[in-house]
Amino acid sequence: MLERYLTAASTYAHWIDYQFLLIAVLVGFWLILAEAVMFWLIFKFRAKDGRPTQYITGEEKQQTRWITIPHFLVILCDLVIIVPAIMVWYNIKQVLPPPDETVRVIGQQWAWSFQEAGPDGALDTADDIRMVGELHVKVNTTYHFELMSRDVVHSFSVPAFRLKQDALPGRTIAGWFRPNRVGTYDIQCTQMCGIGHAMMAGRIIVETQQDHAAWLMRNSNPAVAEQRDPPASATDGGLTMAEMRR
Amino acid sequence: MSTQVVHAEPGILKKYFFSTDHKIIAMQYLFTGMAMALIGGFFAYVFRMQLGFPNQHVPGYGIVTPGKYNALVTMHGSIMIFWVAMPVLIAAFGNFLIPLMIGCDDMAFPRINRLSYQIFLLSALVLLSSFLVKGGPFGGAWTAYPPLSAVGAYNLTPIGATLWLIAVALEFVAFLLGGINFTVTTMNSRAPGMKMYDIPLVVWMIVLASVIFMASVGPLVAGAIMLLFDQTMSTGFFDPTRGGDPLLWQHLFWFFGHPEVYVVLLPALGIVAEVVAVFARKKIFGYKTVLYTTWAVGFLSFVVWAHHQFVAGIDPRMANIFSVTTLLISVPITEMVFLYIATLYGGSIHLDTPMLWALAFIGEFMIGGVTGIFLGSSGTDIYLHDTYFIIAHFHYTFVPIAIIAVYAGLTFWYPKMFGRMLNETLGKIHFWGTVIPFNVIFIPLFITGTAGDQRRVYSYAQFAEQSRPALQHLRTTSTIALLVMLSFQLVFLFNFFWSLRNGKSAGANPWRSATLEWTVPSPPPHGNFAELPTVYRGPYEYGLPGRADDFLPQNVPE
Amino acid sequence: MSASAKPIANTRSATGIPTARLITWWVIASEIVIFGGLLASYIMHRVGHPEWADAASHTNTWAGAFNTFVLLTSSLCAVLAHKAADGHDGPKAAKLLRLTSLGGLIFLTVKGFEWTKDIHEGFVLSSGGFWSFYYTLAGLHGLHVLAGMIIMLIVAADAAKNQELQRVECIGLYWHFVDIVWIFLFPLLYIAR
Repeated sequence: MLERYLTAASTYAHWIDYQFLLIAVLVGFWLILAEAVMFWLIFKFRAKDGRPTQYITGEEKQQTRWITIPHFLVILCDLVIIVPAIMVWYNIKQVLPPPDETVRVIGQQWAWSFQEAGPDGALDTADDIRMVGELHVKVNTTYHFELMSRDVVHSFSVPAFRLKQDALPGRTIAGWFRPNRVGTYDIQCTQMCGIGHAMMAGRIIVETQQDHAAWLMRNSNPAVAEQRDPPASATDGGLTMAEMRR
Repeated sequence: MSTQVVHAEPGILKKYFFSTDHKIIAMQYLFTGMAMALIGGFFAYVFRMQLGFPNQHVPGYGIVTPGKYNALVTMHGSIMIFWVAMPVLIAAFGNFLIPLMIGCDDMAFPRINRLSYQIFLLSALVLLSSFLVKGGPFGGAWTAYPPLSAVGAYNLTPIGATLWLIAVALEFVAFLLGGINFTVTTMNSRAPGMKMYDIPLVVWMIVLASVIFMASVGPLVAGAIMLLFDQTMSTGFFDPTRGGDPLLWQHLFWFFGHPEVYVVLLPALGIVAEVVAVFARKKIFGYKTVLYTTWAVGFLSFVVWAHHQFVAGIDPRMANIFSVTTLLISVPITEMVFLYIATLYGGSIHLDTPMLWALAFIGEFMIGGVTGIFLGSSGTDIYLHDTYFIIAHFHYTFVPIAIIAVYAGLTFWYPKMFGRMLNETLGKIHFWGTVIPFNVIFIPLFITGTAGDQRRVYSYAQFAEQSRPALQHLRTTSTIALLVMLSFQLVFLFNFFWSLRNGKSAGANPWRSATLEWTVPSPPPHGNFAELPTVYRGPYEYGLPGRADDFLPQNVPE
Repeated sequence: MSASAKPIANTRSATGIPTARLITWWVIASEIVIFGGLLASYIMHRVGHPEWADAASHTNTWAGAFNTFVLLTSSLCAVLAHKAADGHDGPKAAKLLRLTSLGGLIFLTVKGFEWTKDIHEGFVLSSGGFWSFYYTLAGLHGLHVLAGMIIMLIVAADAAKNQELQRVECIGLYWHFVDIVWIFLFPLLYIAR
């Protein structure tokens, strides 16, 4: 259902989409039923001359069962929803599958910067590739990310991956994703982070193994890497500080 | 003390500005709340215009820059919750109704009541003053997460942030004083014979809301002191580099913030219960069950707060617990809605304007309720958190609460408040002109949210997926519907002020209602009851078999 | 409405609890959650930061203990004042209330000396996590002591004229609450290492 509105480009996107569909069907049923009953009652018991109202306390057994039975059915539906919801959550947030690659994602006012391992496959070495606003990943590869923030609370969100995680200053938060569709997708910041919040955009580029290898070769040149070091204060995004403040 | 106290009529200034009369204080809260609603509504107009028609000159405002946009959404949220929903639903209706409905002459502590309003007014002025200071009003969202809210270099509105915090803290003090007064008055000052289960539901709900407020706001008051020190005294309570923790604020905020949802919901449910009973000519179906579900909701509301923080960096195992409690709270709330619907069965339903509003509340609130399940389920919340889906969800709860139920209450008690009837035709035009556009505003936003539109963003130009024309059409539709809805509010304002002089004279009990406030003249005189009533039965005795009249007031001996 | 003409609402007692006592309990309940929130925040931080014990060792346990003794004694005076008010002896109740607020004054004076010494040693509000909580908690408590003293003197002035004697009990309840908060603060701020 969700995919009608936005592409799904990671393995767990479908889990969330199915969960969404399940909830939509169950609560949709109840909503339509309850609204239908309400409108039917309004129509059936509209004021008519000569028809007295019935005196119903709603405290006798044959009356309360009209509430008690739906009550237990609602609990049942809650169970049907909560079990898969927790399973989806558990598999996305609580357990991390073994990684093929690890990237570092750093939020700051108002840009995302990324640190990827260079050809040696290890983070924090001289050939690391640092990029601002752009993350290149391989398709069908499990990535772990280490999420941190340099200043305020940000939230790292990739809608096409159905991925969202707040970045907190002073902490490193781990998570994972496994892209399964080649393409370019948006990165958003979804936590109010100041004046440039709407400009804190990024792109995640999912490439085939070959394309990624080629990109890696082009960028692992230390001179290029240095050039791409994030500036101390990023105000990228089209508007200058003065314009935004105005 | 059973003798009659003579209440002298005071002078104009004393009567309207420094009065301790609960009805005057109710009007002060009502009109302040309505004025703030106009301001909050204007802000919604400005930022919806920016979203519907990006970067165009907004008539009556100008160009919306990112900084201004942030301030507008922050102020819209803060004002609508703290300075509209709370003063109107709790303070205005609570002040007006509690003494009248429990059959006494005033609040137990009238001067504390007056102090409560004065502090509230001060808080509103402090908030509005932040528009005049350097840097402008605070723009860090109504949740004010530190370090953004704590450090001037990050939010660029250091004075505005502090003024916002002081205003919110003062508002809390005002409602603590008011809430304590409501609770004590209802506990102790009821008319002779009025037992616990003879209290009208709206009074119960306002008092329970006050108790929930009292029990939940304390930690946030403490948090506000800490944040104030972080802002002004360079402490580091929420600064991770100095041993503090930004998540602490989020816990303190949402420990209050979630019960706060029920603080405003309960009075709305109470108002709807009164209206439904009167216009369906029916006893509330399972009065006691309504109360039990309310208590269950009140209790559960204290153990769901972290569902606002699933992806905030809390221990992911905690999300499972809070996901379960969140779905659990759907059980009593659903049950309460079922009880309201069941009340219609066997009734004789009169579709006057107040009843239309009350039924619209039930119908619309259900949509808000069921969409909450998507967000309470931790799995789907990963995607939907901080998107327009949640905006649409909580507006489907808050608009029924703070607008639809308030109109139900205002149109219902207007005759009692001012002694005249509202115009019924204008009332119905206003009703349809509000409810239809309301759905046209927020249904498109459910879709943009599902398509990934994130909140609090003044422009989607930077985001390719969000810049699709189809989504922009939906945003524009929503904005146009808002314009329609706002313009229909003029019909209400006209009706409200026109009817003050020209409405049909109401008489004491135009709706043939059984509760005590309808036994006194409209508007009630200073001191309310010429002779203080004694109560013989519950508040909803309609359609009693074997009687000529279809209702039996609470104060009439059999 | 003048102070003497109370509404009938104020004179009723559907629960059987006098209205003045009832509102006092509600005020105390709402204060408990405020202090509770602050204390819970402090305890959570304290558990997460064992190094704060170093800072805590700079506090003067003897001064804290003396202050605990002073507050407990003043609470005893408040109890005796309540007893006197119950026996309709307004002037005696007033005398005892004034003695109670003298206890508050001694408490604040000792606190003043302590803080002066702390500040001279360079420990101010922004000197680190422990000190932020130390000054905030004790400061908030101190404000409650001060407010209690002022209200108590006003109540005493009425009581001396045998007026509004029900208030003697209420301010006493409030004072016990302030006392109990200190009973929590003293070990948590001074003794815990």
